Amino acid sequence: MRVARVKNVMRVSIAPALVVVALAGLSACERPPVEAVQQGYRGTAMDVVINPRDDAAIAKENVVPAALPAAPAEGPLASAVYQNIEVLKDLNVAQFTRVMLAMTQWVAPPEQSCNYCHVGNMASDDRYTKRVARRMLQMTRYINTNWKEHVGKTGVTCYTCHRGHVVPQNVWFEQPDKSSGLTAENSGEGHPTKAINLASLPDDPFTEYLLKSNEIRVISTSALPSGDRASTLSAEGTYSLMISMSQGLGVNCTYCHNTRSIASWDASTPERTTAYYGIRMVRALNNDYLVPLTGTFPKHRLGVLGDVAKINCATCHQGVFKPLYGVSMAKDYPELTGGVIASAPAAAPTDGTAPPTASLVAGH
Amino acid sequence: MAEYQNLFTRVQIRAAAYEGAALDGTWTRQGKPFFAYWIGRFGDAQIGPFYLGTTGLLSLLCGFIAFEIIGLNMLASVDWNPVQFVRQLPWLALEPPAPSNGLHLPRLQDGGWWLMAGFFLTSSVLLWWLRMYRRARALGMGTHVAWAFAAAIWLYLVLGIIRPVLMGSFGEAVPFGIFPHLDWVAAFSLRYGNLFYNPFHCLSIAFLYGSTLLFAMHGGTILAVSRFGGDRELEQIVDRGTAAERAALFWRWTMGFNATFESIHRWAWWFAVLCPLCGGIGILLTGTVVDNWYLWAVKHHVAPMYPQVWPTVIDPATLPGAPK
Repeated sequence: MRVARVKNVMRVSIAPALVVVALAGLSACERPPVEAVQQGYRGTAMDVVINPRDDAAIAKENVVPAALPAAPAEGPLASAVYQNIEVLKDLNVAQFTRVMLAMTQWVAPPEQSCNYCHVGNMASDDRYTKRVARRMLQMTRYINTNWKEHVGKTGVTCYTCHRGHVVPQNVWFEQPDKSSGLTAENSGEGHPTKAINLASLPDDPFTEYLLKSNEIRVISTSALPSGDRASTLSAEGTYSLMISMSQGLGVNCTYCHNTRSIASWDASTPERTTAYYGIRMVRALNNDYLVPLTGTFPKHRLGVLGDVAKINCATCHQGVFKPLYGVSMAKDYPELTGGVIASAPAAAPTDGTAPPTASLVAGH
Repeated sequence: MAEYQNLFTRVQIRAAAYEGAALDGTWTRQGKPFFAYWIGRFGDAQIGPFYLGTTGLLSLLCGFIAFEIIGLNMLASVDWNPVQFVRQLPWLALEPPAPSNGLHLPRLQDGGWWLMAGFFLTSSVLLWWLRMYRRARALGMGTHVAWAFAAAIWLYLVLGIIRPVLMGSFGEAVPFGIFPHLDWVAAFSLRYGNLFYNPFHCLSIAFLYGSTLLFAMHGGTILAVSRFGGDRELEQIVDRGTAAERAALFWRWTMGFNATFESIHRWAWWFAVLCPLCGGIGILLTGTVVDNWYLWAVKHHVAPMYPQVWPTVIDPATLPGAPK
């Protein structure tokens, strides 16, 4: 009799409360089980954590489109046949046409096709989309030639970022400061965004580290104090950037770092080196290729502060450790790997309304 | 016979409410006492009469001011939208002044509100400590609870003001907010090279887990021998009966050691007090005396070394020609 009464109390008063608490606590978690693949030495917890239930959905987003038939190597240069060719001067007509077709397939909306960039006279630069596309071709060649430390032999094509959209789906804009009169300002901690996995950290690491060159390294390099005055707030900024990378690549911290000593290079994985160059590459592309296009874009393509859409790790990676699982599309498109391009890139498009970049980048 | 095999108190006593020991101050206890059944399931069912006193009243007032400063600034950060306030509450923050501010008095919007909230919250906590000490004295008790509370206040003061002042910047203090203060802790550990290698952090964790373990073991032991009168702990201290004998034997046979009915409370008190005491020392040393706890542990051969499994990874920033 007594036992029955005790059970009854449990059922009535505790069980619903426990269920509510458990659900509230778990609402932000992924359903187990997840798979942990050991990477490092045993016992160091250097695991890559994978949720197998996400695999099918991610794979569906990363199907590589079939390559167009290769173009014959011989034939008259496109620049000799067509007018107003500035970037693809080294291609013959067949190769040039192949690039145009690929761009149409990868970027332009199907209903507009060629007309998305060209109007009437194919040589005309009237459409801003054409002027942007020209600059993007330069950028693609610049990446494939000058950033091999990051893109390796895999390289990039327009599709790496665009994936059939005229504007890549993962781009970012600067956000206005919340000027709030007499009430407290904040560093963005109170404004959770998906890009930093809803962390309560400074919410815009991109302006600070992928546009400006703020110091990412905040961990002291000596056991005892030696003049390193990096603040805890600066560590929160770096943490925010690192979480955005983790989100963008769909990996956890131990993909690159041994978390017992995040800063130690000798305890890190080789992927950390690739990421190092990736951060610098994104910063260079934002400053040298995207910001100078600000004046080229119409207003509706700009952010609320009138700034151009910029890139971060997620723009190419889109939640995968290597974009498109490391399948190289660039090897099928030798047209997109030009000769070595000076690291000081070509000037911005001829409309010349872009602001100078020097003011934005200290010490670039 | 009373039953103890339950989460809830199974016996509730109803009699004329107890008015409390005589007071000699100017304040009197207020309110007509009453009994609340569901409160009685967890603790004493009697509510009231209330004693507020000067320190209690001032403490509640200061606490209310701090609560309002924090809450209204959080509400302002979501443009005074009550729906967003509730939705985003765990993320909302009232942040300390920027690191560049140093120890200057900032404008209200640049951290002044944070300082003010901290001032009133600290006043509230210290006044409540004073009330605790004085109430204990007024009741003829020892002041053990007040000193245990002081240990927690020590950790709070180290985090909020002592260490920031030693570091020369209010910006080193903790933001107010549910997730913000947690993410701050993670960033703090990262900045100083992994707090797990801080020996005082180790001690603090040992005492924290130790406290919970002792708490559960003591509670379990007393409930288990209550059928022999073991719940009458004070009597068992001075006049050991079969309850104490059985509990002691059980501990020696299963744990290899037994405390006494008195000393177990000293064990528990010290474990609990040493948790924030050691934690506070660990925080105080961080950035002031030690700047990277991992490297400190390497230097003192505390951190074990593991075999390399990758080809040597070199910091690209040290290579000539690499982008910085």
